[in-house]
Amino acid sequence: MNENLKQNSINFLIKSYKNAIIPIVSIILSLLISGIIIYMLGISPSLAFNSLLQGALGSKNAIAETLVKAIPLIFTGLCFALAFRCGLINIGAEGQLYMGAFFAVVSGIYLQGVHMLIHLPVTLIAGFVGGGLWGLLAGWLKVRFGANEIITTVMFNYVAIYWVSYLVSGPLKEPPGSFPHTASVALTAQLPRILEGTRLHLGITIALLAILFYYIFLWRTSRGYEVRVVGQNPHAASYAGMKPEVNIILIMFIAGGMGGLAGSNELLGIQKRLIESLSPGYGFDGIAVALLGMNTPIGILFGALLFGMLRSGGNMMQMAAGVPVAIIYVVQALVIIFVVAGQMISPDNRKKARKYFGLK
Amino acid sequence: MLSESFANAVISFLATDIRTATPILLAAIGLIFMGRSGIVNIGAEGKMLIGALAGVAGSYYLNSAWLGMLVAMLCGGLVGLLFAYLVVTLKASQVVIGAAINILGLGLTTTFARVIFGVNLAPPQIDTFKPMIIPVLSNIPILGHAIFKQMPVVYIGLLLVPLTYIVLYKTPIGLKIRAVGEHPKAADTLGVNVFNIRYGTIIFGSMLIGAAGAFLSLGLLSFFTEDMVAGRGFIALAAVIFGKWNPLGVLGATLIFGAGDALHFRLQAGGNTIPYQFFLMIPYILTVLALAGLVGRVNPPAASGKPYVKE
Repeated sequence: MNENLKQNSINFLIKSYKNAIIPIVSIILSLLISGIIIYMLGISPSLAFNSLLQGALGSKNAIAETLVKAIPLIFTGLCFALAFRCGLINIGAEGQLYMGAFFAVVSGIYLQGVHMLIHLPVTLIAGFVGGGLWGLLAGWLKVRFGANEIITTVMFNYVAIYWVSYLVSGPLKEPPGSFPHTASVALTAQLPRILEGTRLHLGITIALLAILFYYIFLWRTSRGYEVRVVGQNPHAASYAGMKPEVNIILIMFIAGGMGGLAGSNELLGIQKRLIESLSPGYGFDGIAVALLGMNTPIGILFGALLFGMLRSGGNMMQMAAGVPVAIIYVVQALVIIFVVAGQMISPDNRKKARKYFGLK
Repeated sequence: MLSESFANAVISFLATDIRTATPILLAAIGLIFMGRSGIVNIGAEGKMLIGALAGVAGSYYLNSAWLGMLVAMLCGGLVGLLFAYLVVTLKASQVVIGAAINILGLGLTTTFARVIFGVNLAPPQIDTFKPMIIPVLSNIPILGHAIFKQMPVVYIGLLLVPLTYIVLYKTPIGLKIRAVGEHPKAADTLGVNVFNIRYGTIIFGSMLIGAAGAFLSLGLLSFFTEDMVAGRGFIALAAVIFGKWNPLGVLGATLIFGAGDALHFRLQAGGNTIPYQFFLMIPYILTVLALAGLVGRVNPPAASGKPYVKE
């Protein structure tokens, strides 16, 4: 029994190490290329990267900001990964985020006089349901009409964004109506700060719980097992009596719900009101986070932390070194490209590369 | 009898519709070629952005809108080459790489735009496209005034529709493209080089998408602003699906989608109270309805999205 445990632990470590090589190499390569671009812009790359690190990890506030930015990314990463595990490509995290925020803000503003112990969970659940329904819609369209979820989820992103834009300039606009945003959410629905002097809020705990849920659901429940089998081999799954349709709809609801939680946490923890630009692309970043993390729980956590670092460090990089913040997007895109390309290189070529660099 | 002002309103509406539909049409035609060969490209947005900036930069440095357009097509082609390498040779997921290209496009263009043009408020003078009136045809009542007083790129876009139709359905190369999209393995056994065809459609299509972006910045909006494409790349994709990968259907789709845009400007001017956001939603909702069977079966080419593995 002891031997078995030792062997399993070793296998896990080796697998993690192998799984981590591609993402790590990708990050290094992306930073290298971005460094070259920065140099071409006439700015010293070392100054740029130093400011990036300063902004991301250089002080208590910086680390807190990194975590703050990582929270929605954990949720959107889980959003993509959950659907992916069922064989679906869900590009709709952005829209699910906004729909979740919409439901959350309604619950947060219009439920009055309720104690926080009830109001906050109810609002979070509302946010989950909002995003979940949005995801469910795409899932249902796929099951009922064979509508390709890649396209429908992308289309729904825009519908959700425009819907929120309409709400904050119209029916939900806060009187007297000078700014396109809603009223503030009630104090009893706001996520409390958990670190003095920073913006870090309870959402980080919820995000970590969500990762735990991801692991337990997919690898420790029979429904999760079914979902994974449907994802890897739908024919074998239905042959074994599993119903792909049920699993698709369920997983799109849960995945959408994660997206909804991303919006809710950002709303209840940071913005406190619904605005048009609630998400600067967290939904699409989530795809990168999930890919970088190879759709694994630990991987998604690290991926979200890395991208959180990039986002919070990017502002400092612009202020101190004059590098446009948008370079962050270049880094992100390159990371995605390198990770995906790396996964596609055949094992033979990988062996050759290893020999070339003198590793085993 | 039509009153003078009503006729003018119709003309002006049609003219606006055709004009605003053109970048979407150009991008959509690029996507038709790619789609017909089995490539699902959600990265049109990023390519259009790159084309938009490249066009403006090219026109700025080379003092000619046409040269700027050429630069944009070159850049589009280069991005297409990258996309083709990743997706055809390395067989990576087309959707994921497409999403990456969107992010890359936004990052690169925002960064380089700041550097090339600074953060000034006044855009510099650059050569832009101007309308070219076609003599006889523009005197046809209503339609003539709407269609034949547009910028040259618009005419090119409209001409590409029948051209694409002929190429796809009446030429050997078109047949090969469609075969590769439906059943690459069969095409391969008959001697068609699947990789070359896909590289070709991707690069050509990406050049068109780059041109679409350049027309947006040089013809419609007269400069580059960050994230100016604003979803048009996705609308182009929606148009291709709604038009069922057929150039004529896609032309119709882009005109309908463009009509939503043109219509809401008219209504807003007339004091109408339907919020503009709902007009903006139209293309996306229509596409979802199309996928749900509203316009009959929407069958993408059978091999869409799957990398071809040569055995």
